[in-house]
Amino acid sequence: MSTESAPAPKSGVAEDVQPGSRVAVSALITNLREYGLILALIAIMVFFQFTTSGTLFKPVNLSNLVQQNSFIIVMALGMLLVIVSGHIDLSVGSVAGFIGALAAMMMVIWPLGPFSNPLVVSIICLIIGGGIGAAQGYWIAYHRIPSFIVTLAGMLIFRGICQALLGGGSSVGPLPVGFKALSSGFIPDLIGPLVLIPPTVNAAGKTIVGSGLTLHMTTLVIGLIAVLAYAYFGLRARRTREQHGYEAEPFPLFVVKTLVTSALALFLVYQFASYRGLPIVLMVMGVLIALFVFVTKRMTIGRRIYAMGGNAKAAQLSGIKTERLTLMVFVNMGVLSALGGLIIAARLGQAVPAAGLGSELDVIAAVFIGGASAMGGVGQVIGAVVGGFIMGVMNNGMSIMGVNVDWQQVVKGLVLLGAVVFDVYNKNKG
Amino acid sequence: MASTILEMRDITKTFPGVKALSNVNLSVEEGEIHAVVGENGAGKSTLMKVLSGVYASGTYDGAIVYRGEECHFKGIHDSEHKGIVIIHQELALVPMLSIAENIFLGNEHAKFGVIDWNANETRTSALLKKVGLKEDPKTLITNIGVGKQQLVEIAKALSKEVKLLILDEPTASLSEKDSQALLDLLLEFKQQGITSILISHKLNEVNRVADKVTIIRDGRTIETLAKKDISEDRIITSMVGRSLDDRYPPREPKIGETVLQVKNWSVYHPIHAERQVIKGIDIDVRKGEVVGIAGLMGAGRTEFAMSLFGKSYGRHITGEVLLKGKPIDVSSVSKAVDHGIAYVTEDRKTYGLNLIDHIKHNITLANLGGVSRHAVIDDLRELAVANDYKAKTNIRSSSVYQMTGNLSGGNQQKVVLSKWLFANPEVLILDEPTRGIDVGAKYEIYTIIARLASEGKAIIVISSEMPELLGITDRIYVMNEGRMVGEMAASDASQEKIMRAIVRGEGKAS
Repeated sequence: MSTESAPAPKSGVAEDVQPGSRVAVSALITNLREYGLILALIAIMVFFQFTTSGTLFKPVNLSNLVQQNSFIIVMALGMLLVIVSGHIDLSVGSVAGFIGALAAMMMVIWPLGPFSNPLVVSIICLIIGGGIGAAQGYWIAYHRIPSFIVTLAGMLIFRGICQALLGGGSSVGPLPVGFKALSSGFIPDLIGPLVLIPPTVNAAGKTIVGSGLTLHMTTLVIGLIAVLAYAYFGLRARRTREQHGYEAEPFPLFVVKTLVTSALALFLVYQFASYRGLPIVLMVMGVLIALFVFVTKRMTIGRRIYAMGGNAKAAQLSGIKTERLTLMVFVNMGVLSALGGLIIAARLGQAVPAAGLGSELDVIAAVFIGGASAMGGVGQVIGAVVGGFIMGVMNNGMSIMGVNVDWQQVVKGLVLLGAVVFDVYNKNKG
Repeated sequence: MASTILEMRDITKTFPGVKALSNVNLSVEEGEIHAVVGENGAGKSTLMKVLSGVYASGTYDGAIVYRGEECHFKGIHDSEHKGIVIIHQELALVPMLSIAENIFLGNEHAKFGVIDWNANETRTSALLKKVGLKEDPKTLITNIGVGKQQLVEIAKALSKEVKLLILDEPTASLSEKDSQALLDLLLEFKQQGITSILISHKLNEVNRVADKVTIIRDGRTIETLAKKDISEDRIITSMVGRSLDDRYPPREPKIGETVLQVKNWSVYHPIHAERQVIKGIDIDVRKGEVVGIAGLMGAGRTEFAMSLFGKSYGRHITGEVLLKGKPIDVSSVSKAVDHGIAYVTEDRKTYGLNLIDHIKHNITLANLGGVSRHAVIDDLRELAVANDYKAKTNIRSSSVYQMTGNLSGGNQQKVVLSKWLFANPEVLILDEPTRGIDVGAKYEIYTIIARLASEGKAIIVISSEMPELLGITDRIYVMNEGRMVGEMAASDASQEKIMRAIVRGEGKAS
């Protein structure tokens, strides 16, 4: 017996059937929302480019921008998963501060011999970060203590330990040069620089810093490879879809999207190449972003996290081990908080008691500006990243403009509120 | 001839892209019980939302004439002010507040914002007496059953001096006994001059209490039947637009060896540890067989099924589960699924679907391994699977990218079914598979069940609708208060036999 013979009521049953054309339109609207965020970032950048009389896009400032905000973005990747799974983590700033202090103590103060090597210390710190995430996630996942409360406790606990470790108000440093490279280093120039315009030499026979134009070829090559790979994989995915008879997004839209993204990426790469090359921390961040996009979009664990955030009970009854999954989300958050802490310490060159103070709010704001839902189940990695950069560019631009820090907070608050209101309004309309 | 209390004329309501109602007419006379029937998605609820002001005047075309004057309700407050009260399908009570607090919520007896609790409780007691509910006004809503909660909703409506009471599927989640009581209450209200509009899927109830029936299909009024013309067949014909010769698809059972056996299954309540919910149940299902579990609400059927499915309910679970003669471990959902057991929940919105995700992702959720390699999902394979099941179970949607939250009940149920079919189980437990879905979709679900049985699956159907069990199963277990109190072949079972087994709690009934 087949379903065809069932007495199916046909015709426009109100809630069920929508005209096919609406799918295309709604796809476009979703895309526009996604691009809208990127367009907003570009608009903000252009705005500050003017108000700072061209300082924002200067190669040296772009490097600063990346170095100042990378820890927010790195932690936002973890926070996205936390928020998508329906939770929140308020402890990330404190955990980052604590890990920074711990790393500094291990490298500078404690006589650990070979274990004070920056790489070894970093690995140990990441593992400890994971342990902290597990400790907090355990209460949230298996005892159903609200994450807000558990991580609020964690926020107090780890800030306290951080300060105690550093012995009150003092800072610990300087940190080894090798470690600082994590934040302030650039990728080694394997291919060698290309001198387009030789730098001006002054009377004393010294070159004037910033004069001339030397391009870092390694950076350019990496940038080109990345852009080509992006275009190639995009095209290949389209082909496979079409070969299997599924409609892909309209070709002109695809071309415009790919071209704009590539041009933007190449412009930024060129700017970096003309300064000191790609910052190491940007590479770390780029790899992590790619990884998290892949995990959330393509891997079963990512799908399960979204399902759990959307309806935990249904996910559990579909055979998903929601407790373990929640624990893993917090372990991941802990590791990334630790990485954030290492990046902060490396940038400052020392561990300070206030490292990462209040950064949990920037991280959470980045995720919400990026379109995640406070109810869980909704949110995109790229959104969180762009949200993080929007916050970062505003910080940077307003600082250059000389806007008072107090007013910077007001503006950031308004942007957060505006972004979420816009999102909710759009959803209700759509 | 009584006077007309309400007339809705040429109501047309459009949502972006869809016309939900087109020129609907409804005329209700004072003091009658007027049933509005139609398939899910036909527009009944939309019509009631227009009437009660949920959709404000101006967002629809047409006129509402209530007690001789044309009304333009801007919100639910306006309509309540005139004595029109709607009780929604999903109850709107606050679980952690008391009965009295709920009844007077937003409408408290208070002076300068200070509540007079005594006045509230005295009035509540009076109202509860009217609806025949014997509960302390201070009892929390969470501590009383759904049937009683429904009565509290009605008491709340009475507190607003209701003239026209609208009930949207009031008995959808009630047991037979509670439903009867509720319908009796409606008849009593009729004596007191309260007019009611009853929206229902249950045609026997409509048959019993309604003075008139208006049938709506695809957003249009089909016809209004007077009492003497009301018959189930006539209503069904109008609802689906053609006659349903048979409400159940024919099938030829081919029953094989025993697949699942449960022995001496006992479960205790998850919170009240001393309360035994399931008391030593034995059942078995064979290949290609459809087995029904009948019983009243609260008999423990869902609790039994969920405890069996990865210990998702209760604690101190004891007993043995055998799959083809071999004992298996079902202590977690994933283990149960791996052994080929699937459970399709009775509450698809709470336990079945991720409502904020689309059909495709919901269908593959219980078997992501089936569309992925090395934990990486193959998007195209997933799309193919989703489209395949959309066609197989006849899910009506624009595409598999439609949010499940925007589907009608019947289509949501098909998505949940698809999810479990894709998990390819040997034993499929269906808990109230047709609750709250319309006649046409019900038939489709029955057809799917019949097809699965013919493919050799062992199927357990839990249902409160006895005709349904009699129509689609081969064998029926009767459950009451945590025990199996009867077992009979469907061929010699009847509603009376099942009820008798429940009431007497006797052993093998036939």
